[in-house]
Amino acid sequence: MSTPEEEPVGASRSERLSALAQQHGALVTLVVAVIAASLSFDTFLTGDNLENMALSSAFLAVVALGMTFVIITGGIDLSVGSTFALGGVLAAWGSQYGTVVALLLPLAVCGLIGLVNGLLIARSRLAPFIVTLASMLGARGILLSLTDEGSTTYLVDKDSFFAKLGQDTLLGIGVPVWITVALFVLGAVALRRTRFGQYVYAVGGNEDAAALMGTPVARTKISVYTLSGLCAGLAGALNAAWLVSGVTILGSGMELEAISAVVIGGTLLTGGFGFLSGSLVGVLLLKVIQNVINQIGSLDSAYQQVVSGAFLAVVVIAQTWLGRRRRAL
Amino acid sequence: MTDLTLGRATADRDRLLRLLQEYGVYLGVVVLLLLNIVFTSHFLSAENFRTQAVQVAPVLIVALGMALAIGSEGVDLSVGSVMALSTSLLSLYLGYGVWIAVLAAVAGGIMVGVANGALIAFVGVQPIVATLALMVAGRGLALVLLPQLKDVHNPAMAELGSGDVLGVPYLVLIAAALALLIAFVVRRTTFGRQLLALGDSRPAARLAGLPVRRVLILVYVCSGVLAAIAGVLATARLTASDPTSLGTLMELSAITAVVVGGTPLSGGRVRIGGTVAGAVLIQLLTTTLIKHDLPPSWTQIAQAVVIVLAVYAARERGKR
Repeated sequence: MSTPEEEPVGASRSERLSALAQQHGALVTLVVAVIAASLSFDTFLTGDNLENMALSSAFLAVVALGMTFVIITGGIDLSVGSTFALGGVLAAWGSQYGTVVALLLPLAVCGLIGLVNGLLIARSRLAPFIVTLASMLGARGILLSLTDEGSTTYLVDKDSFFAKLGQDTLLGIGVPVWITVALFVLGAVALRRTRFGQYVYAVGGNEDAAALMGTPVARTKISVYTLSGLCAGLAGALNAAWLVSGVTILGSGMELEAISAVVIGGTLLTGGFGFLSGSLVGVLLLKVIQNVINQIGSLDSAYQQVVSGAFLAVVVIAQTWLGRRRRAL
Repeated sequence: MTDLTLGRATADRDRLLRLLQEYGVYLGVVVLLLLNIVFTSHFLSAENFRTQAVQVAPVLIVALGMALAIGSEGVDLSVGSVMALSTSLLSLYLGYGVWIAVLAAVAGGIMVGVANGALIAFVGVQPIVATLALMVAGRGLALVLLPQLKDVHNPAMAELGSGDVLGVPYLVLIAAALALLIAFVVRRTTFGRQLLALGDSRPAARLAGLPVRRVLILVYVCSGVLAAIAGVLATARLTASDPTSLGTLMELSAITAVVVGGTPLSGGRVRIGGTVAGAVLIQLLTTTLIKHDLPPSWTQIAQAVVIVLAVYAARERGKR
C-alpha cells in the first residue's frame, strides 16, 4: 500500500531520489524527448502532427487505463489487443443500428470477456497470464469468425453520429481525446479516493494480508479484469469511429504497448504500487518515440520493434534496480 | 468400519481422478484418433499420418524448450520470434554453406536465450516480461535482417524438409530424437535435477547452494536453441524464409502442449511424454476441425478452451 503520498518522513536522501526517479523518470524523459524532437524536426511541433499523435495516443491510453488497474493488483491482461480489435469490429457492425448499439455491443461483449477472465483468475485461482493468453486467442477467433476469417470489413456510415464521435473536434481537439482525458480523471479519482481504489492497492500489495483485513480480494480482481475488458472494448469502438471501419488486423502487439506504457509510467509489475498519470505519460512517451522513428523515415517499422523491445528492457531493468534499492535501504 | 470403507472409496476416487489428470492427455489423443478414423474420410492413410507428423514436429521441438522454461517456474514468450530470427539468419548465410547457415541460426537462438536468461537471472525481471521484450525485439531484428519472404533454393535444405529414412521423414526423426534427449536431460542429468529443484522452490534451491543463475540462463538458452532448430526445420519444409509470419502464435501452441501434457505452470515438474502427446493432441484437434469444414478461427477458440480446461485440471491436482 505504498502510495506516493505515504513516503516515510524520515526517508534518506538517496531513497527519496530513487523514489522520485521511479515516479517522474518517465515525465522527465518525455520532456527531453519532446524538446529534442522539436529541435530536430520542423514537422514535429505542427498542428497536424500533434493532433495525430494525440488521437493515436488516446486509444492506447484507454487500454492502458484498464491495464494499470490490473497490474496494480499484481496481475496482467494479455487479451486487450484482441478485445480491442473485436470491440472495433462489433462497433462497426453495430453502427448500422445506431450509436447506442455501436457503443453498447462492444462494451457488453468485451466486458463479458473481462468478467470471464476475472472469474477464472479470482475464483478458480488460475494464473492471470495463461487465462488472458487463452482469451487473447479466443477473442481473436471470435473476431475472425464474425468477419468470414478476416475477409469482411464492416464500414461505419460517415454521416452517422457514431462516426462524428470519432472524428469531430471540440475546441480544436478530437472528441476521443476529450473522452480519454475524462476517463483518466474518473479513473484517478476511483484509484485514489474510493474504497475500491484502496482494495486495488491492497490486493496487489499483499493478497493474504488484504484478505485478513477483510478486503474482498476476489471481487476486486474480478472488477479490474472486467474494467480492463470494458476499456479495451471502448477503445476499439472509438477507434472504429475514427477510422469509420472495423479493421480486423488491428490490435496485435497492443497488449505489449499497453504493458510497456504502464511499466514505463512507474507502476510496478509486482503489484501494489502505481499511478494512472504515469501510464498516460508512458503512452505519450511511446507515441513520441514512434513518431520520431517515423520522421527519421529511413528507420522502418522493423527497427521500431527493435527499439521498443530494447526500450522496454531498459525501463524494466532500471525499475527493478530502483525498486531493489528502495527496498534495500 | 463404515468410515474406513468410505475413506477407501474417496481414496479410490482420488486416485482415479489423479490418473485421469495424469494420463488424460493420452486418452484424449486416443479418443480423437478413434473419432477421426470413424468419422473422417481419408484419415487412415500413411500419407495423412506422414503429413500430420511433419506438421507437429516444429511445434513439438519448441514445446520441449517451453517445458524446461515452465519447469523452472518461468515461461518463454520469445520462441516464435526466435523462429523468425532463425529463418532470417539461415537465408542470409545460406550462401556460405548449409552448416554455416544452420550454425548462424542456432547462434541467434543462443543470443536471445542468453539475453532472456540474463534479464531473468541477474536483473530479476519476471520471465513473462523479459521474454515479452525479446519477443518484440526479436521479431523486429528478424525483419531488419530479412525484410520480406525469400524462397530458399538449396538441395540440402530441400532434402531435409521432404526426405525420409525408411519412410519416416527427417523432421519427425529429429523431433523424436530431441524429445528423447530432453527427457534424458530432465531425468538423468545434474542440470535436469537442479532445474526441477529451482522450479520447485527458488529460495530453497538458493539455500541448498545450487547455481541458480547458471541453471536459469541455461534453461533459456536451451529454449532458444530448440526454437531456432524448429525455425530451420520449418524453413526446410516450406522451402522459404518468411520472417513476417513464421512462428506467430507459436508461444501459445507450445504453452498449450506443455500444459495440456501435465507439466504444472507452478514449476518443479517436467513431463516430456505428456508434452509430446499434448502437441499431437493440438495437431489432431486442428485437423479434425479443418477436415470437417469448420473455419480456422474455430481452431483458435477450441485451443483457448483446451488451455483453460487443462490448467483447471492441473489446479485440482496441485491442491491435493
